[in-house]
Amino acid sequence: MVREVDARGLLCPEPVLLTKQALDALGAGTVKVLVSSAAARENVSRLAESRGWQVEVLEQGDDILLVLTKK
Amino acid sequence: MSGKRVLVVAAGGTLGLLAVVLVAMGNPANMGYCVACFLRDITGGLGLHRAAPVQYIRPEIIGLVLGAFLASQATKEFRPIGGSSSFTRFVLGFLAMIGMLVFLGCPVRAVLRLAGGDLNAGVGLLGLVAGVAIGVQFLKSGFSLGRAVPQQKGNGYLFTGLMVLLLILLLARPSFIFFSEKGPGSMHAPVWAALGAGLVIGVLAQRSRLCMVGGIRDFIMFRDAHLLYGFVAIFVVALVGNLAVGAFKIGFVGQPVAHTDGLWNFLGMTLAGWAAVLLGGCPLRQLVAAAEGNTDSALTVMGIIFGAAVSHNFGLAGSPTGVPAGGQIAVVLGLIAVFIIGYVNRPAAVKRGVSIGKGS
Repeated sequence: MVREVDARGLLCPEPVLLTKQALDALGAGTVKVLVSSAAARENVSRLAESRGWQVEVLEQGDDILLVLTKK
Repeated sequence: MSGKRVLVVAAGGTLGLLAVVLVAMGNPANMGYCVACFLRDITGGLGLHRAAPVQYIRPEIIGLVLGAFLASQATKEFRPIGGSSSFTRFVLGFLAMIGMLVFLGCPVRAVLRLAGGDLNAGVGLLGLVAGVAIGVQFLKSGFSLGRAVPQQKGNGYLFTGLMVLLLILLLARPSFIFFSEKGPGSMHAPVWAALGAGLVIGVLAQRSRLCMVGGIRDFIMFRDAHLLYGFVAIFVVALVGNLAVGAFKIGFVGQPVAHTDGLWNFLGMTLAGWAAVLLGGCPLRQLVAAAEGNTDSALTVMGIIFGAAVSHNFGLAGSPTGVPAGGQIAVVLGLIAVFIIGYVNRPAAVKRGVSIGKGS
């Protein structure tokens, strides 16, 4: 199961809130989150890691793609 | 303790320490570092309001923006963006400032006042938490001011350029710039010290994402105490510093640049906290974001400055004698306005196209 969240251009806490909704809805699997600021990258990473999701950060042009996975 | 947490504690602790030092060097008591007070003073210095005791171009604000700008350049986090409900942000900044000037301080000063023993600030902080908690309910129900989009690079430099202009005006002291001869505006640390303190705080705030409102918000929303550590660090270091220099005086009465009207201390900060949550951060955070190239945040700061001008030109701001009737009415109308702004900007997340959920 893969879910995608496009949080580009949104200020905190919206990227985190949308990510939380996706993580809660999925339970396990993969969530791909696109953000456009370092602050959003840090906040989303912290939320995911605190909930036991692994975080992989990939640059995608001007944007940042966070791949969150949980088995 | 993780590196990021060390950074936010260091940022908060440094702010608390420098606030005490700036007071020792001449800033008003319990006002070593107050974003709202200093923006109000700058507003007066530019002659946009004529309250003679609060007119001075505060180098702390200039330094903060320059520090955050330099840090964002060094880390390649400078990114001109904007276009996300810009005028609504201006209005929310304006309303937040009305609330902060009724209370007599921003969230940073609320903590600094409490660290100086001013228990009225405790009432204000309770109001701030209440405002943040209300704002969080709007966020949970889908409130959004929409997406910012990339801007031409030059747009991102304008705000920092404005700060450079303010620095030139401060140093040149042309006749059209106002400098208080008595009152809080006349009390200030030497320019170089205030500018240096601002630079240090700007760098640390940019790197740590320090945000007073964000700390309370994240704890309520996600039980994430990360930013709260910075909040606590400001309090602890300023408290120890005030005790060390004999500047701690506990009580409600006779506190510097403060009043004892609990209801309006509470409601003023409720308004400020609610508006700040909808804006995505406290005034300190707005300045840092503006320095990073966010033109919406720059416009929010302009709204805050407009709020300072209106507050003093129309006699809405609090003073040590209390809160005038006009200020009380303005806070109530402000709360109503923030409710309306919150209500009309909360379409369902799916409808605003924010979350693209897809099963596979």
